[in-house]
Parts: sequence; C-alpha cells; structure tokens
Amino acid sequence: MEVLYFAWVRERIGLPKERVETTAETVAELVEELRAREERYALAFSDLSALRVAVDQELTDFDAPLSGVREVAFFPPMTGG
Amino acid sequence: MRIVVQATPFDLGAEAAGFAGGKPGMGAIVTFTGVVRDNANGTLERMGIEHYPGMTEKAITQIAEQAKARWSLGDVLVIHRHGELRPGEMIMMVATASRHRKDAFEAAEFLMDYLKSRAPFWKQEITRHGAEWVAAREEDEDALGRWTPNQG
Repeated sequence: MEVLYFAWVRERIGLPKERVETTAETVAELVEELRAREERYALAFSDLSALRVAVDQELTDFDAPLSGVREVAFFPPMTGG
Repeated sequence: MRIVVQATPFDLGAEAAGFAGGKPGMGAIVTFTGVVRDNANGTLERMGIEHYPGMTEKAITQIAEQAKARWSLGDVLVIHRHGELRPGEMIMMVATASRHRKDAFEAAEFLMDYLKSRAPFWKQEITRHGAEWVAAREEDEDALGRWTPNQG
C-alpha cells in the first residue's frame, strides 16, 4: 500500500510517501512496524494523540482495519480555514 | 454546489456576484472570506498551506453535503487555496444560499467550523527566523461540539 505523510510528520520521516509491504491488520499494527524501522519513524510516531490518520482518504481511527486498503496517510491535526 | 481547491488567487467580487446571481428563489446569500492574518509581532512573511490532493476535495464535499442535509440550502460554494500566501491575501471563501437568512448564516458557520479541523490542510508560518507549523487550537475542536445532537 501507499503510505503518505503530511506537514511535520513528512518532515520528521523525510518523505512525502512510500510504498510499504505489510501484513499489518490494523493501522496501529502498521504504526508498530514503522516505529521499529528507524529512529526517525519512532520519533514521528512517538505520540499518537498528536496524530490523525486517513485510510483511503477517509479520516478514521488507529484501530481501523487495513484489509484491501490502498492508501494510508498520517498527519497532525488539521488547520484549515 | 461548487468546491474548488487551487493555488491561484480568486476574485471575491466576481465569485460572490456569480454565486448570488440567477437564484430568484433564494432570499439570502451569506459569504465568509478568510484572510492571512499577520502574527502578533507583525513579522509573518508568508503562510504556507499544505493539503492532501484528492482527499481535500472529497472531505470538503462531504462537509458541504452534511450542511445541505441539515439546512435548507439552494447552493453552496467553497474555495480554498494552498501554497504560499502573504499577509492580507485571501485564503478561502464560503458562500451559502437559502430562502431565509438563518439557514445561510448557520450553514456558513458550520462549514467554517468543519473546514478548520476536518479538511486536510496544514498551515505553516514563515518568518525570517524560519518556518513553524501552526498547532491546532482546542477551541476549534470544541467548536464542532455545538453541531452534534447531544450537546449545545
């Protein structure tokens, strides 16, 4: 699946998006896999309460299932308007 | 209903006139315009606005659909810019049309409250000292509470 990062999450990880092969069943499991990769991921995902997630471009929760999902995005709380 | 996400400036007068025209059943048109505000020290050089192409348009459309389900609206317009803007530049506008003004006013406020914290935009303040992401404000999240049925 494609994993996208925005705002300071993108800056901390150093990438706007990447292709991730995973067997994670939920967003939370995917986060655990990413955290274990490298320090920059651990840093970006250190406080989940400061993060929001969208699955296939719909806002959701960290316990959302990943079966059949094409795109997951992580970002800070939104500041539009 | 028209939802536009663009980097380029928009013409507020032309957009408002175009939206208000040709709607004889609509007695009320409300427009709101958001402007890049300088910071307290007057040192803001630019405001950077990042967004999530694809999701942004969908999220705004969903918010507008919710407004249309909740209030009696003849039409809705949302224009939101992204990229780098200078203080005083218009970032976004919302327009609503209804038979009577209450629906148009309330729907415009609802749209603004949801656009602030449910549409995937992120603001960054750029000064000569560097760039800093704008933190979401708790008041903006709290503002959504008044639109949920069990509160307010």
